[in-house]
Amino acid sequence: MWELIRANKRNSIFLMMLMAAVLLSLGFLIGAVFSGGNTNGGFIGIMIASGIWLILTMISFSSGDQILLAASRAKLVTHDVHPQLFNVVEEMKIAAGLPKMPKIYIINDPAPNAFATGRSPETASVAVTAGLLARLNRDELQGVIAHEISHIVHRDILFVTFAGIMLGSIVLLSQVFLRGMFYSSLGGSRRRYSSEGRGGGQAQIVILIITIIAAILAPIMANLLYFALSRKREYLADAGAARLTRYPEGLASALEKISNDPAPQLDSANKVTAPMYIVNPFKRKGQMKLSDLTSTHPPISERIRILRNLTHGASFKDYSEAYSNVTHSKAALIPNSAMTKEQVALREAQEKAAKQERKEKQTRQIGDIMRKVNQFAFIPCACGLTMKIPPNFKGNDVTCPRCHKKHEIPNKT
Amino acid sequence: MGGVLVVLGIILVVIVFLVLFIIGIYNALVRLRNQVDNSWSQIDVQLKRRHDLIPNLVETAKGYMKHERGTFEAITEARSKAMGANNVSDASKAEGALSEALSKFMLVVENYPELKANQNFLAVQEELSSTENKIAFARQSYNDQVLGYNNKIQMFPSNVIAGMFSFTKRDFFEIENEAEREVPKVSF
Repeated sequence: MWELIRANKRNSIFLMMLMAAVLLSLGFLIGAVFSGGNTNGGFIGIMIASGIWLILTMISFSSGDQILLAASRAKLVTHDVHPQLFNVVEEMKIAAGLPKMPKIYIINDPAPNAFATGRSPETASVAVTAGLLARLNRDELQGVIAHEISHIVHRDILFVTFAGIMLGSIVLLSQVFLRGMFYSSLGGSRRRYSSEGRGGGQAQIVILIITIIAAILAPIMANLLYFALSRKREYLADAGAARLTRYPEGLASALEKISNDPAPQLDSANKVTAPMYIVNPFKRKGQMKLSDLTSTHPPISERIRILRNLTHGASFKDYSEAYSNVTHSKAALIPNSAMTKEQVALREAQEKAAKQERKEKQTRQIGDIMRKVNQFAFIPCACGLTMKIPPNFKGNDVTCPRCHKKHEIPNKT
Repeated sequence: MGGVLVVLGIILVVIVFLVLFIIGIYNALVRLRNQVDNSWSQIDVQLKRRHDLIPNLVETAKGYMKHERGTFEAITEARSKAMGANNVSDASKAEGALSEALSKFMLVVENYPELKANQNFLAVQEELSSTENKIAFARQSYNDQVLGYNNKIQMFPSNVIAGMFSFTKRDFFEIENEAEREVPKVSF
């Protein structure tokens, strides 16, 4: 376990340094171009590039997770609102040996999805959508939560934040440069070049061309690095989930349900926060086996097949073997040093009955979950009707519309 | 004269390295032992919680299940036995028996549809089944920690230091009876 985290750290630091190198060389080239081929200008460019990076880092470190949770309109919930969700998170917290219970949020969205955030295991939060809660049974919910807790344990959130900022800085810098070039070429900067010495002019043009190419390529390269890393981490989180729950089928069938869901994509996600979700929040219709390089998530069908391939045990070694069976790739997913010899036996399903309810009932459940989150009072009447009273309801009692019995509203403040 | 100093210097460096090495292993052992203790306390918390929930469960179910006195008695007895246990192997035996009594009770509940529709009962049931899971997961995590700790104590060179400072092997939390081994299987 600790070996895996350490190996993760090593890989991330290496890739992060690569991204930093891309950022700094881009800064150098741009600086050189604007100062007319001068190396001093290049160093100023480096300083500006690192300045942008530093500011973005400071913003996201002081309040990154709060911004994300607020942007997705997530609401903090307690045990009473959804006891099952709360219990499942606590079970996984115990299994993973987290030092503190993560905060739990529910997002009012019918698209089933979930994410984890927070820089360290002490400050972590887990957020799920109401659609997810309505569709999954207990075992499936446990699989999804275990996946999120694995992200926390593997320190993936720290990585996503760091790498996302680096990516953002590179994109910002190259955008500013390319736009600047476009406008200055309209404004007759050509005269300036031609007025200088002949040899210097040629060297400048070479630098200019190299910089334009770099400004176009750098964001693409950084994107590929970012996506490659986050895809690998998705697999690792799946492996961690199987190991924690000892029941890979739970996560597999949850992923299946989520991918077959007709609900529209999550409207509060964007491209940089995408790696934090359990499945890619951007759906592309009819492209289930989308194994292109620009996806933050591995194809769901592949993740499901790997999980279903775990028939003997649920250790990291078993997952790694299943991974090479399914993808036919020789590259090791998990470093050998991280695979301690352990026997991880599988267990059986806890809930035999599949939760296959009609669509109308699911929609009503989503509504009920959100009403609980928003502190509605639920009053069951003897005639079988349940009344849902909003917190701003005036008056101390309510009459049942079917049998006209009067009910007092509890805890009215 | 100079030769003697060099030899002394080398010996000193070797001693310093040896001491640092021993300190490192000692600290690693202490860390592992604390992790084992911490996971044990996690199990303990959940077992206590289960003991607390049982009277609640019995109270809710009693009104509906008038003819099942034997089942209730079995649970209550298993509970008090489990609460009285005071070492790891006794506790795992008694808790195993309690789990068994509870899963028998849950089978009987299947015959009482009215009870199964009761909101209070459903709430207690969710708490109990979750506590059951938490016990299983805490045990899983405890056994993982014990495996790591015992390995460290038995393997060279840390076994020498473990012997010097009397670090002793820990017991796994195991379930005595074969049927229970496939936990968590209490199906609600």
